Amino acid sequence: MTTSTKRIAIEPLSRVEGHGKVTIHLDPDGRVVDAKLHIVEFRGFERFIQGRPYWELPVLVQRLCGICPVSHHLCAAKAVDIIAGRAQLTPTGEKMRRLMHYGQMLQSHALHFFHLSSPDLLFGFEAPRDKRTVTEVIRAHPDLAKRGVLLRKYGQEIILATAGKKVHGTGAIPGGINKNLRPEERDSLLHEIETILGWAESSVSLARDYTLEHLEQLAGFGAFPSNHVAIVGPDGEMDLYDGKLRAVDAEGRILADQLDPMDYLDYLAEEVRSWSYMKFPFLTEFGPERGWYRVGPLARLNVCTRIDTPRAETRRQEFQSHLGSVCNVTMAYHWARMVEMLHAAEKIEQLLRDPDLQSMDLVAPVSQPSRRSVAVLEAPRGTLLHHYEVNEHDQVTKANLIVSTTHNNEAMNRTVRRIAEDHLSGRKELTESLLNNVEVGIRAYDPCLSCATHALGQMPLHVALLDSSGATIDERSRG
Amino acid sequence: MSDSDEATAIQLIIDGTEVTGHAGQTILEIADSAGIYIPRLCWLENLTPFGACRVCVVRVNGRIHSACTLPATNGMVVENDTEELRGFRKNLIDMLFAEGNHFCMFCERSGACELQALAYRFGITAPTYPALFPHREIDATHPDILIDRNRCVLCARCIRASKESDGKGVFGFAGRGIQKHLIVSAEGGLAETNIDASDAAISACPTGTLLRKRTGFAVPVGERPFDRTPIGTEVESTTGPTPPHASTPTSTPAPAGKE
Repeated sequence: MTTSTKRIAIEPLSRVEGHGKVTIHLDPDGRVVDAKLHIVEFRGFERFIQGRPYWELPVLVQRLCGICPVSHHLCAAKAVDIIAGRAQLTPTGEKMRRLMHYGQMLQSHALHFFHLSSPDLLFGFEAPRDKRTVTEVIRAHPDLAKRGVLLRKYGQEIILATAGKKVHGTGAIPGGINKNLRPEERDSLLHEIETILGWAESSVSLARDYTLEHLEQLAGFGAFPSNHVAIVGPDGEMDLYDGKLRAVDAEGRILADQLDPMDYLDYLAEEVRSWSYMKFPFLTEFGPERGWYRVGPLARLNVCTRIDTPRAETRRQEFQSHLGSVCNVTMAYHWARMVEMLHAAEKIEQLLRDPDLQSMDLVAPVSQPSRRSVAVLEAPRGTLLHHYEVNEHDQVTKANLIVSTTHNNEAMNRTVRRIAEDHLSGRKELTESLLNNVEVGIRAYDPCLSCATHALGQMPLHVALLDSSGATIDERSRG
Repeated sequence: MSDSDEATAIQLIIDGTEVTGHAGQTILEIADSAGIYIPRLCWLENLTPFGACRVCVVRVNGRIHSACTLPATNGMVVENDTEELRGFRKNLIDMLFAEGNHFCMFCERSGACELQALAYRFGITAPTYPALFPHREIDATHPDILIDRNRCVLCARCIRASKESDGKGVFGFAGRGIQKHLIVSAEGGLAETNIDASDAAISACPTGTLLRKRTGFAVPVGERPFDRTPIGTEVESTTGPTPPHASTPTSTPAPAGKE
């Protein structure tokens, strides 16, 4: 054994979307000096949409992802509304899009919690890998698995009714929507909404009970204080579809509020590090060292002042009564996610009962077109920003997409490092337990790594253990 | 063509079915009026037949011809819906996909594109041939019309419609073989031509090559022309015999996952 530091690599990461690799760097005494989540695929969406006509963007850019295409579809649609000069949507246009968005939130949160993460929570982080699968969940907890599948299905049905297809639809067009909600679609969805609300409510309880029962273990698991960022409505209320950015620090102090997305370049910067295709965004004012932040369900609960639906608001208050007004427990993402799923179900019910959805006033009139636009919304995994510029011929000349997983890049790296520190402590080999825990930590963020690098495919995990000279001393892969 | 010719009734046999027409009609026209669908791409009603795409190939008295250009004569025996001809057509369509850059997943003509609809009808759900990924120019200079040559299949429908219907001659071809491409009648691009957004030439395009700007995706999935009924059913639903077999669509009207 040399006296140099060591490197551990975990590859591939499983049950997350995209390709990832983790390296853990050890000093001569076996202490963790660094841990990095490398995103090693590159897709280049921002480049190859150049030259395309802007009205294609909502349909084109959503192809980044198969789990949250609706988020890209709607964010791009919001951006092209501005380019087309049709940003003042009709009530039907806006409400149909919101319905689509809440359907997306419901299906994606259900997918993440039940299909991807519940094996870790139900069987424990240390359970054998074969045990921690969705098929085992179906075997051991059939009712819970069924609920997860049907919650997701309901969200997909909402997307079908609003976007025309369950995956990669075309509903949102510049200035509005291309269809309304037919009465038979509404009635069919309303028929099931009480069941969905009940399941969403019990899912919050499930996540709450799990978190509180395991709080001793979870409180420090991959955890650290951080800033939090999300969009909020004018009064600071949670708004997942539209609003302005607010940032709070680890104690809940507001660092910035009501930031206009159009000006994001004034307050957000992205650092490039040579070892990953995924950039590291930070609040410019505070620099890369202090300005990084988290996004997603936990950040949104920390950032918002209230939730404007009663059941979810009660659950938000319950969350805060246990975990404080600002929570930095990484594993509390799951509980927060279920609070949001309930909020989405409540919003869906409100919208389904709104007669505006049967109006034929689908598209806003043209007022003032623009050659530059920036739009944000809260995707299931966190804040999503699309920035486009077009030329005088309606062709895209520039695009910048900052996706949730990119916002969480620094946080995910810190989570991995914290877990590695806690588990290795002098050992110089990779254990099954370490791999399991790294995966659980990354999965808390619900990362969509393909989206973040604009890369394609499933996400296998590769972990490498490196010494101080950079030599690999241990390596394990999963896929 | 004299008046007496047009008046002369003729009889021919298409796929074993006796059909009638009159002298001067093409095989394709007579088949259409009998409710027999002969697949086609470059043919468009009211335009001079061109015979470019060869999708309408049939065997007449044993020899291969394009049904859109061959005048019918009395007593012709035409094979249309045979395994061999279906194979030829399927290959031609498949090769058109490989030759251009046809990305149905984000094309605004999806569901209204005749090339895509033919592919679905022939059961082509994935390309057989390696794509050539050619570099093709987009002309976005016109304020209301876009040319995306990535999707051009060189059917010449815009060329003929501009000339014959619009009386303009905005479009033409340049180059030969694999280099052949669509050009417009002004060096500075479409904006410098006398085309108008309402011209028949634009509507004549069977693919997403000629587009009226800012109108894409306005028709929801499920209500686009080929979402409910496959291409060709408009012919088959006219009076005439039910097609005996096979060139009935191999896919359902709106297959799961259809773009």
